[in-house]
Amino acid sequence: MTPAMTSLKDGLLKGGLGSLLILALIILVVFPLTLDLFRLNLVGKYLTYGFVAIGLVMLWGYGGVLSLGQGVFFGLGGYCMAMFLKLEASDPETTKIQSTPGIPDFMDWNQLTELPFWWKPFYSLPLTMIAIIAIPSLLAFIISFAMFKRRVGGVYFAIITQAVALVLSVLIIGQQGYTGGVNGMTDLKTMLGWDTRTDSAKYILYFVSAGLLIVSILLCMWVQKSKLGTLLLAMRDKEDRVRFSGYDVSMFKVFVFCLAAALSAIGGAMFTLQVGFMSPSFVGIVPSIEMVIFAAVGGRMSLVGAVYGALLVNFGKTYFSETAPDLWLFLMAALFIGVVLAFPNGLAGLYESHIKPWIARRVAARKASVTPRTPAAPTPPSTSLSSSAPPAAPARA
Amino acid sequence: MSLTDMYNIALMQGFAGLSLFAVLLLMGLGLAIIFGQMGVINMAHGEFMAIGAYTIFLFSTLTQNYLPNAMQMYFPFAICIAFIVAFIVGWFVEWALIRHLYKRPLDTLLATWGLSLGMQQIFRSTFGPKEVSPTLPDWLMGSWAPSEGLDIPINGMFVLALTALVTGLVMLALYKSRWGLRVRATVSNRVMANAIGINTRKTDRLTFAIGCGIAGVAGAAFTTIGSTGPTSGSLYIVDAFLVVTFGGAASLLGTVASAFGIAQTQSIAEFFMTGSMAKVLTLMMIISILMIRPQGLFASKVRR
Repeated sequence: MTPAMTSLKDGLLKGGLGSLLILALIILVVFPLTLDLFRLNLVGKYLTYGFVAIGLVMLWGYGGVLSLGQGVFFGLGGYCMAMFLKLEASDPETTKIQSTPGIPDFMDWNQLTELPFWWKPFYSLPLTMIAIIAIPSLLAFIISFAMFKRRVGGVYFAIITQAVALVLSVLIIGQQGYTGGVNGMTDLKTMLGWDTRTDSAKYILYFVSAGLLIVSILLCMWVQKSKLGTLLLAMRDKEDRVRFSGYDVSMFKVFVFCLAAALSAIGGAMFTLQVGFMSPSFVGIVPSIEMVIFAAVGGRMSLVGAVYGALLVNFGKTYFSETAPDLWLFLMAALFIGVVLAFPNGLAGLYESHIKPWIARRVAARKASVTPRTPAAPTPPSTSLSSSAPPAAPARA
Repeated sequence: MSLTDMYNIALMQGFAGLSLFAVLLLMGLGLAIIFGQMGVINMAHGEFMAIGAYTIFLFSTLTQNYLPNAMQMYFPFAICIAFIVAFIVGWFVEWALIRHLYKRPLDTLLATWGLSLGMQQIFRSTFGPKEVSPTLPDWLMGSWAPSEGLDIPINGMFVLALTALVTGLVMLALYKSRWGLRVRATVSNRVMANAIGINTRKTDRLTFAIGCGIAGVAGAAFTTIGSTGPTSGSLYIVDAFLVVTFGGAASLLGTVASAFGIAQTQSIAEFFMTGSMAKVLTLMMIISILMIRPQGLFASKVRR
């Protein structure tokens, strides 16, 4: 990475809390006050993609590992939640017209007469909550442990995760009796007797989801500022050097992959709660790779930027699929290519390289006009590792 | 069920596996050149196949309208044209996009995915969202029945023969021609190849374009099996990448072997379970084998 990118990273970290406050203000105050409930619900849906996007910032921007299978974890989290809600929606009373009352309707349609054993834990909310985090993390652990221990990375990892996304979506569509097939799980109504379709519930779910997102960003910021974050960056830039210093590189990568998986799963669960259904169309290859573009547009190094990226891309998608569906794919193509060729750091990078210096100049100009002889503020010493550091620099650890 | 019936079923089943093998290999060949030899991830590979397929469709419509007498003849010509069209588009794409991204494989992946989205929309705007299929010459239709109860589809045999031809040509080109020598030199040591006077940039562009051209031929051949829609390219892409990765990226022989293995596994599994479960089983096997042996079946001896 170039020194420019390293200084960019410093700037993003320093400005991190401030920009997080602005984001929190926007999603917790401005949106609820200005948007009607329908739009707010949409924004809430987009925010759940924000979870995936910040997971990708940690994984891709910081860890240097690109996963094209984040939809798998988003979907798993969403399906866990959907299974719980579906079981609650299909109590024997409401499903008494079925040939087997008490099981979800799609099972009845597919001639299942008994609830499969692996559905049983989802009767309990605490177990479901655990499953939402645990199942995707476990899968992520298995995939990444096997691969990173053998030092497989980069492109191969991307292809394998993409294949996993294909497997899961084919599996869900193929096993209609157990998963609801291509329609997914629909008609999710209540959560512990609380109707999630009412207006007040929608407001509450929006705030819960926005709050969780901000907590997740704080968690990721904490990881970034810890020694682990520094190591991740170092690993991304010079993996061998970190390995030679005695670190177990693969386990750090496994950790960050599991973290990204867990975050995506939370997003998926919140998605199911807000939208009221879950289907394989959020699991496969195409949605998984679209999730990467959220992070890329926002800036792969910026947590807050990634949330804006998710909001913006999804807003664009909704807007253009309503007004000019033909244009949307071209725009999406331009986004993918443009983000790679012209704006590798996305919106956050644009802000750092254009808007921030402009603000700084304006501030400096104003100061200069008030007190003409103020010396320029000394630049703080850079503490981050970078590949361009002279070899004589003392090695960390 | 008599013994001859069983024998016939086994033969036809074997042939189904063989024609799936031909399909996978033809898909993988272009990618084996682009990904295996150059290390470029071309997510738009499926769309280059769609270019080939649409070229055939266009040609068949044109022939039907203006030269109805030539209907029996057009197909081989159209395949050549499909190669040329895909080659030219590939050449242009390399110039416009890929050459800026050679050292950033993950970025290439995203950019070519964007390219594939754009190409899909172009197909949709030009040919409509519906799937199309060309009018095939009579000699490609029907099946060959050498004995009672045995039916071997002719289009399957055609694809098999074409695959054999293309594979042979690629092998010959890669190991006997001047271009192949340059490609192999560039793959094993780019700097050195440059130093001894090989124009590696030109080699890259030619290689990418040839890979795309072969994808075009593959797409052209697939029109004999199924119809073509704007998004049909994206159905092939994961399979194609798995074939190449599973075989060992830089090894052409590995691609052949892995296409054969995957095809046989899948067609045998399809005999016992539903198509989607067979697919899941095959993919899971590939993924687990790749986890244990990430370099694929035939690892290259190139140092990187």
